[in-house]
Amino acid sequence: MRTVSTIFWLGVKELRSFFHDAVLLAFVIYSFSLAVYSQAQSNSQELHNASVGIVDEDHSALARQMAAALLPPYFKPPQPVRASDIDRLMNVGTYTFIIDIPPNFERDVLGGRSPAVQVNIDATAMVQAGLGAGYIQQILTTEVSDFVTRSEGTFQSRAQGIPVSPVTLAVRIAYNPNVTTAWFTSVMGIIGNVTMLAIILAGAAVIREREHGTMDHLLVMPVTPFEIAMAKVWANGLVITIAVGLSLTIVVRMLLGIPVAGSVPLFMGGVALYLFFATAIGIVLATIARSMPQLGLLYMLVAMPMNMLSGSNTPLESMPPALQAIMQISPSTHFVSFAQAILYRGAGFSVVWPDFVAVAAIGGGLFALALARFRSVAAST
Amino acid sequence: MPDAIVRAARVTHRYGPSVALENVTIDIPAGCMAGLIGPDGVGKSTLLGLVAGATQLQSGRMWVLGGDMGDSRHRRAACPRIAYMPQGLGRNLYDDLSVTENIDFFGRLFGHARAERRRRIAELLDSTGLAAFPDRLVKQLSGGMRQKLGLCCALIHDPTLLVLDEPTTGVDPLSRRQFWELIARMRTRRPGMSVIVATAYMEEADQFDWLAALDDGRILATGTPAELKASTGTAVLEDTFIALLPERRRAGHRTLSIPPRLSTGGPPVIVARDLTRRFGDFTAVDHASFTIERGEIFGFVGSNGSGKTTTMKMLTGLLPPTSGEAMLFGQPVAAGDLHARERVGYMSQSFSLYTELTVRQNLTLHARLFHLPASTIPGRVGELLVRFGLDAYADQNAGELPLGIRQRLSLAVAVVHGPEILILDEPTSGVDPLARDRFWELLADLSRRQDVTIFVSTHFMNEAARCDRVALMSAGRVLAIDTPAALARSRNAVTLEAAFISYLEEATRSTTSIVPGSPGRTVADDPGARRRLAVFSPRRVFAYTRRERLELMRDPIRLGFAIFGTALLMLIFGAGISTDVNNLSFGVLDYDRSPESVAYLEALRGSTYFVEKPRLVDDADLERRLAMSTIKAAIEIPPDFGRDLQRGRSTEVGVWIDGAMPFRAETIRGYIQAAHAQFLSDWQQRVTGDSATAPASLEARFRYNQDFDSIYAMVPGTIAMLLALIPAILMALAVVREKELGSITNLYVTPVTRLEFLIGKQLPYIILSLANFAVLMIIAEVVFKVPLKGSFPTLLLGVVLYVTATTGYGMFISSFTRTQIAALFGTAILTVLPATQFSGMLTPVSSLTGFPAIMGKAFPMTYFLRISVGTFTKALGFHDLYGYLLGVAAFVPIFTLLSVALLRKQQR
Repeated sequence: MRTVSTIFWLGVKELRSFFHDAVLLAFVIYSFSLAVYSQAQSNSQELHNASVGIVDEDHSALARQMAAALLPPYFKPPQPVRASDIDRLMNVGTYTFIIDIPPNFERDVLGGRSPAVQVNIDATAMVQAGLGAGYIQQILTTEVSDFVTRSEGTFQSRAQGIPVSPVTLAVRIAYNPNVTTAWFTSVMGIIGNVTMLAIILAGAAVIREREHGTMDHLLVMPVTPFEIAMAKVWANGLVITIAVGLSLTIVVRMLLGIPVAGSVPLFMGGVALYLFFATAIGIVLATIARSMPQLGLLYMLVAMPMNMLSGSNTPLESMPPALQAIMQISPSTHFVSFAQAILYRGAGFSVVWPDFVAVAAIGGGLFALALARFRSVAAST
Repeated sequence: MPDAIVRAARVTHRYGPSVALENVTIDIPAGCMAGLIGPDGVGKSTLLGLVAGATQLQSGRMWVLGGDMGDSRHRRAACPRIAYMPQGLGRNLYDDLSVTENIDFFGRLFGHARAERRRRIAELLDSTGLAAFPDRLVKQLSGGMRQKLGLCCALIHDPTLLVLDEPTTGVDPLSRRQFWELIARMRTRRPGMSVIVATAYMEEADQFDWLAALDDGRILATGTPAELKASTGTAVLEDTFIALLPERRRAGHRTLSIPPRLSTGGPPVIVARDLTRRFGDFTAVDHASFTIERGEIFGFVGSNGSGKTTTMKMLTGLLPPTSGEAMLFGQPVAAGDLHARERVGYMSQSFSLYTELTVRQNLTLHARLFHLPASTIPGRVGELLVRFGLDAYADQNAGELPLGIRQRLSLAVAVVHGPEILILDEPTSGVDPLARDRFWELLADLSRRQDVTIFVSTHFMNEAARCDRVALMSAGRVLAIDTPAALARSRNAVTLEAAFISYLEEATRSTTSIVPGSPGRTVADDPGARRRLAVFSPRRVFAYTRRERLELMRDPIRLGFAIFGTALLMLIFGAGISTDVNNLSFGVLDYDRSPESVAYLEALRGSTYFVEKPRLVDDADLERRLAMSTIKAAIEIPPDFGRDLQRGRSTEVGVWIDGAMPFRAETIRGYIQAAHAQFLSDWQQRVTGDSATAPASLEARFRYNQDFDSIYAMVPGTIAMLLALIPAILMALAVVREKELGSITNLYVTPVTRLEFLIGKQLPYIILSLANFAVLMIIAEVVFKVPLKGSFPTLLLGVVLYVTATTGYGMFISSFTRTQIAALFGTAILTVLPATQFSGMLTPVSSLTGFPAIMGKAFPMTYFLRISVGTFTKALGFHDLYGYLLGVAAFVPIFTLLSVALLRKQQR
């Protein structure tokens, strides 16, 4: 009972301190509003405004039609390029794609000689090159087929049987039918912020007490390290939980108009559980660092990989197996996994419980470590 | 007055809303020891900062050495003739440098050549008694030695005016006396030298030639000590000062008298027996033994670093002793003993309450933490507010209170639970004499009327004299314990201070005592004077470079972060950030199970991108597995697929793709469409017998990276990102560290220019970044097998320009951040976002529009990325990339000029 009251009052103090620190407060507000919003504006996940050059050595109607078929928002209007410039322009990266339509192309198509169009792709522009190559293939093939079909009426000379495809393919993208980048980046932005901020808020709160000497003060009172650590966990956890709730409701749903599939309360429960762990990591780091700048450097080495490799930026399954296995130890991976399951796929507790258990188990272990280190270090400086 | 060295006219200085100096007009005489007296926070430091040119004049006029300090040309000419030692023990010194290295650094700043520096250093070390430890690091020096070193650094250029801001605060009395002897000797050698000193010790001020008493930003009086005493009719300078204060400040002040203590006997409440504490090979407390009785006021006297705080921490259980015994109430002190803690109140050295809470909130919080019954808390808090005179401040934030009031609040908090023992660590340092008396009245009341045992440490001798008994501490040892009177008697001394000095002399046995240096050489004009005024001096640049390099080499955390942190991040990002989409799990819902459906699926099953999971049972299973993310795609083959196909009836294959990650979904769609097309063309061939010729074929040439493996783009990209992030962070920290630690003062008051300062600090980080680059290059080749296909000289040139630009970026950010933590996060945020989103690492710059496009163009990585990817993966050379090299190079002068423009040469 005394413990609960101590934890509660220390936590209230923690909240007062937090709201008094204008810089930290601004940092949190920025992260959950403007940063999320601007990440949603980027098109990093889709083909957008790709730059195309076109070498038209045919000067035919077909060639012009092909160029005109590459449309915004996927492509910028193709720019005419000379054949001799291809290498140079690819080298300096002016164009990601350069399409080379050979001389007599239209005539050869109609003559059934199946000429080849060359597409030069800058394979160092990873996302865009891969997606763009597929799109260009699709668009140009369709354009040529259509041209041939339309020409059949006029050129009866040879019966070029273009068979009607016997099998059609109906592709449906579940959970995000238009494959909109913002659906992904906005929510993953919030998820990333949770990891990044929980660690630094809790870590900074400990270091601040040490630097101001208030930690000594607490430790000569009838207050245990467990109570001090718990107070930091619940207070900082609460701040972030509320920030996540607001960001999800106001920025994602209202401003960006992105639907959320699953149960928000279930997700918030998961966030709270995860924060228990993430704040514990902050406390562990604060016991290793001796000053605020040292905490910052350590933080970069721990939090950035945890965030970048959690599956919220690039797919987990394309990482080397060893790294995938290591990342299973990081609760951030499980956090991203259940967040995606709940928010995108509308999964319920019956689906995500293994991730919840993993977060709780790893988090519990880390909290125990934080406490052990806290006890030994808090007093000795 | 022609012989005034400093003339101030109507000088007013504000920090935000608070006024530090108000309309001060004063002439300080030349060629003598002039003192500024008054407690902390009355404007002494501000006035000295203005005199030294370290602080920018806000309003009024200030003439120093016959010129106007508001005029930057005069300041530049005058600064080599002024030496300034800021407040705080050696705040302008560098902790990680040795004694010699520190002096040498200042010698270089003042343009002395090697031989000249060596001669001067030897002479200064000799005359200050530091010659025995030329290679000791500053952080291992005692307070007194730090101050002597500070003086050496100040005197290296033979100043005409020496400005000392509280040089002896926190230094033991013996070192203090030695310090003043040293100053006196220096003055005989440099007869024309003027000295201006600020001090809070009135006994010291008594020895000066001329004094100005300050209070609340105003001059109260000026004159010789004798004149001031005569004008107020007082005998002791401390009383003189109180008498000079305006009536309203003195109200309620009475001479402090502590009633004699009546010994109650009984067992001692605090016992220390051979208490020892070591940190590594440093012994902070060495076999301290003492006992304190109930109700006694026991004083602990000694300099900073003599072990007072460590002893107190051991008694409170904060620190476990290395050996020996500490007992409270007859019980050994145990760290986990919550019960004993309820009987002890502790006030630590600095003000350690929550500055962001109000006075009342602080008191209430502590009452709650001590578990006072909730109903009694408001009453108890109210009572304390009245008793400690805090009721007028109850709802103000503790951080906004004057120091004296804060100390009262600390004491109130320490007694909120009615403890039997109070442990107070230097409770009155920095508090003015009036407030100190008031504080002691409270202590006397607690001791005499409530029988509270008080264990208090101080470095003020007049406070020590008020204690029932005192222990004299030096270098971790207790030299003597007795009543103040008895201690003085035992040494035949008049005052406790004299007695202490005598004990100290006996203890230290003159290892640090001063060998009287040759008084001979009087100093004339300095031959280096011309050179100092050079607009750009490589010697000064190199002084900073050398110093920065030494500091960096001696800081394992920063150096470790720079080298290993970079390598670690490279390994993780290089391996982990991949845009390859493979190992995709998919499930099949085949309602047909005919040879045709198997043939259709063969195209997917044969692909290396896909991994098939157990068959799906029905639509519900499909949805569930997709939701659980155990499959990323599902293929549904309708019933009669094979028959329909044979008969040429059209049929439809359904595909579901997990769209949670849009990029992955798009890629899967592309793969499946390709497999579908493959099946169709194979089918066509089977049916018609001849290979169907499409009207045209598309030849996709994946250039530079035939396998389209993302590692060939990500590794050069990661190198570019890390060489932007890490050098910028380290550089920003390096500049802001100086601001935070106070050594930035050396930029303000020495001839070093802003450009020299920045370039000097930048050079070591450029070299460090090149070492980083070597590490990254090795990792790329050896671990990731990403070879450099193009021109190495071009890449190297690009790297040199690039790290110069990115350290410049850090420099630029440091010019508007004040704390290290802000610099760190500011740099990280301002680097990571443009680096990952706008520089072309993931999305080509050409596809950006609007604000992101502008951000991309204004960030050096955008240009360097082309060089890095170009040389590594595209096999390019100088001829192809010179445009981007120019692009990177253009940032160097821009960032440098911006930084110089934004960095201040004076403090506001």
